[in-house]
Amino acid sequence: MPERILMSPEDIQRALVRIAHEIVERNKGAKDIVLVGMQTRGVPLSKRLAATIQSFEKITVPVGSLDISLYRDDISSLHLKPVMHRTDISTDVTNKQVVLIDDVFYTGRSIRAAMDAITDLGRPQSIQLAVLVDRGHRELPIRADYAGKNIPTSKDEEIKVYVKEVDGEDKVTILSPNKGATDEND
Amino acid sequence: MPTTLLISGGRIIDPSQGIDKVADLLVAKGKITWMGDKGTAPSHADLTTIDAAGLVVCPGFIDLHCHLREPGFEDKETIATGTKAAAKGGFTTVCCMPNTNPALDTQSSIDYVKKTAEIEGLVQVLPIGCITKGRQGKELTEMSELANAGAIGFSDDGNTVASSRIMSLAMDYSYALGLPIIDHCEDKELSDGGYMNDGWVSARLGLRGMPKAAEEIIVARDLALAQLTGARLHIAHVSTEGSVELIRRAKEKDIAVTAEVTPHHLTLTEERVMNEGTNRLLAYDTNAKVNPPLRTKEDIAALIKGLKDGTIDAIATDHAPHTSVDKMCEFGLAAFGISGLETALACLMSLVHSGQLDLKTIISKLTFEPARIIGTGYGELGILMPGCRANVTLFDPNKEWTVDSRDFASKGKNTPFDGCPFKGRVIATIVAGKVVYRDNPE
Amino acid sequence: MKTIEPNSSIATPETFPPPSMAVWQHNHILDLDDFTREEIELVLETADAMAEVLTREVKRVPTLRGKTVVTLFHEPSTRTRASFELAAKNLSADTVSLDASKSSIVKGESLIDSLRTIQALGADIIVMRHSQSGAPYLAIKHVNCSLINAGDGWHAHPSQALLDLYTIRRHLGTLTNLKTTIIGDIMHSRVARSNIWGMTTMGAKVVLCAPPTLIPRGLDSFIANCQLPNVSIETDIEPALENADVVMPLRLQMERQQSGLLPSLREYIQLYQLTTERLSLAKPQVLVMHPGPINEGIEISPEVAHGAQSVIEEQVTNGVAIRMALLYLIAGGKNK
Repeated sequence: MPERILMSPEDIQRALVRIAHEIVERNKGAKDIVLVGMQTRGVPLSKRLAATIQSFEKITVPVGSLDISLYRDDISSLHLKPVMHRTDISTDVTNKQVVLIDDVFYTGRSIRAAMDAITDLGRPQSIQLAVLVDRGHRELPIRADYAGKNIPTSKDEEIKVYVKEVDGEDKVTILSPNKGATDEND
Repeated sequence: MPTTLLISGGRIIDPSQGIDKVADLLVAKGKITWMGDKGTAPSHADLTTIDAAGLVVCPGFIDLHCHLREPGFEDKETIATGTKAAAKGGFTTVCCMPNTNPALDTQSSIDYVKKTAEIEGLVQVLPIGCITKGRQGKELTEMSELANAGAIGFSDDGNTVASSRIMSLAMDYSYALGLPIIDHCEDKELSDGGYMNDGWVSARLGLRGMPKAAEEIIVARDLALAQLTGARLHIAHVSTEGSVELIRRAKEKDIAVTAEVTPHHLTLTEERVMNEGTNRLLAYDTNAKVNPPLRTKEDIAALIKGLKDGTIDAIATDHAPHTSVDKMCEFGLAAFGISGLETALACLMSLVHSGQLDLKTIISKLTFEPARIIGTGYGELGILMPGCRANVTLFDPNKEWTVDSRDFASKGKNTPFDGCPFKGRVIATIVAGKVVYRDNPE
Repeated sequence: MKTIEPNSSIATPETFPPPSMAVWQHNHILDLDDFTREEIELVLETADAMAEVLTREVKRVPTLRGKTVVTLFHEPSTRTRASFELAAKNLSADTVSLDASKSSIVKGESLIDSLRTIQALGADIIVMRHSQSGAPYLAIKHVNCSLINAGDGWHAHPSQALLDLYTIRRHLGTLTNLKTTIIGDIMHSRVARSNIWGMTTMGAKVVLCAPPTLIPRGLDSFIANCQLPNVSIETDIEPALENADVVMPLRLQMERQQSGLLPSLREYIQLYQLTTERLSLAKPQVLVMHPGPINEGIEISPEVAHGAQSVIEEQVTNGVAIRMALLYLIAGGKNK
């Protein structure tokens, strides 16, 4: 079965706008918020959220990027992963509400690493998590504060997020390995 | 009690007599007694027949230059193990160098080697005495005493007699004895503690190099002294094009010089230090560390040409066994030398198979030419003539085998040919009528 | 003293998609002669990330937690060893440093035995410096853990060449077609040799400038045989420096004069010292580099060493970032 589209560009846009409003609502304003996008695709998503917040709150929320390669717990599988990017968080995070932004939320291990990284940089007042897609199968007790879409999946399925800034288009798809007995379109 | 041997149906190649034919050879009481057409040998009681069909039968190989390490370095080799290796390599006579401990610079040390060889040696051992005491290059040894004790020549091998004055005195002195001065030609100030040939590989590997000129300077000096004194000079392990040319011109002027080359200098270049088989990484292979060092393909071409036109008289192994401790270390710290007795024939056969040398030349340079240099004081060597001592080598010129240093009879497993596939193998070696080595059929 | 800052407008752009780790083929870092351009780029990108860690107040990440890095130095060196140790510590590795002058190595224990002991003690990565060329190639035949060559004899010093490339790129953006002039004792220089490989792989041109007695006789046929058309030799400093983008004088060991390779230091200084006047032959934005330690007044004048074009101190900082990158990439490598 080919890739099935789960979210169209419009779906993604609406989800991001909603999340942007939720972040401002939960934190009672945009003051003291720092958005930190997780490399790779969380970075452009965080920039879009900042732009959206800017448009209705008229406040510039600082945006940073975070690469968690140095905090992973599985260094010997390094050769399977892409090279690390820079971590670039120029604002001091101490006493701020740091909102981590990621594209897909799965086992939770990346977020654990991200929390270690953030706490090495300072002492935020809170760390919150916004994800575009939550696909379940958590292995650690971590939850998302803001989610674009909840998509129950099985472990052998693959969720792929495409963002314009990286992949040239916006969409979220699911790739299942086995051909189903019935096709969606039957 | 030596049995009577009939070596039957082999291709007998004896360059000293110009013989190359399929024939039978009869050996009795340690001597060659008869050679003739197949099947026509006079009958004998108690006859052992060796079927030599498909094999080459030739005079036993003579190695003018090898290191048996005894006395003093018995962890590297002994006369017993070294001669066993010689037999496996088809050598029936070996001339051992005096850089032992103590050095062979007195009559008693020469006696020791001879007596030990008589008891434990599998092949004939002819010692070479030192030129100078302790090989220090300062005082001449008692050459006459050494000669009487059995030295067939003099060498400080490993060292060069640096002083031209001492060298000329040595030549003057040996002239009267009619024995050769065998020189390891190396200007040590120029080679300055180098580890391999000074060239592009040493530049690449960051290793101190030994320039070719370091050999050629001493070769030229020695040739001038040979001309001056009239003495017999033998240049050990020639390795460069320049040396070959100097020797060629000296021979044109009838200077009494002879020369030898090793099988490894005929087949390996300096690149062997860098590359080991198909391994991508730099090898820094200490098994390719030897003095004189492996040189370039231009030098190999010149050495082969020198063999063909008679500039180089003999092929000698410079068998230099070492323990693994001496070799399995950093390149700069490793000992120089290749354990070469057991791969000599195979190496040379690779040149025959590739058409660069012919079989007759190889055999000639291993048999009657070295015999000429040694002279007849120790029997008529290098010849299969009835009445002469029966030193015979049988080899299969086409047998395929792969070198495995663990199978070496020598204690020295240091060879750059480990794992190399070769075509050509010694099948049997006979010394004074006795079979001292027989290849196990697989 | 003004030092030039890296040009942030030419800072290396992030590439999408990023180079994959699949390009990384090394279990050991021995020399740059078998590094592809992609692998070098990977090291430089990784070093960028490490450089960020070095700007933090707490310069520590948990990446190599639980790993043991042993430095085994047979040659005295404070800066390289300290650089590797700091790099390892910044990655939370445990470090053990063995100084050959103090340990059993001098007592006659062979290199191989020392390495086996170190491995048995649990080393994950060995960082080795040795006075004999080729020692690391022997070492890797006898240990299972990874090995980083911190300098072997005259032969190679890959981490130095990588930090040199990194430094140049931070300032000049690219190495393609840059003219890099290395001046000094080429014969005995592992820095020169590794830089030959690194620079040519990245597209730069290398000019090696030295008195004839300090140039290996086989160098031009080495260049020819290894197909390095971008490497040339020059005994005259002026043409060597003309329009150079990078100038790297090498340390001149005092022993070279004593062993007869040079008539005097005075003549060397007259012919080869990098002075302000000579430096003006190079491009205006030329970078002055040096592997250290500097012999001020010998190969380089104090004015140039501390001048506006000098990035010598920055090289040291970059060295820690590069070494962190190497430890990281080696620890995560394949074929374990």
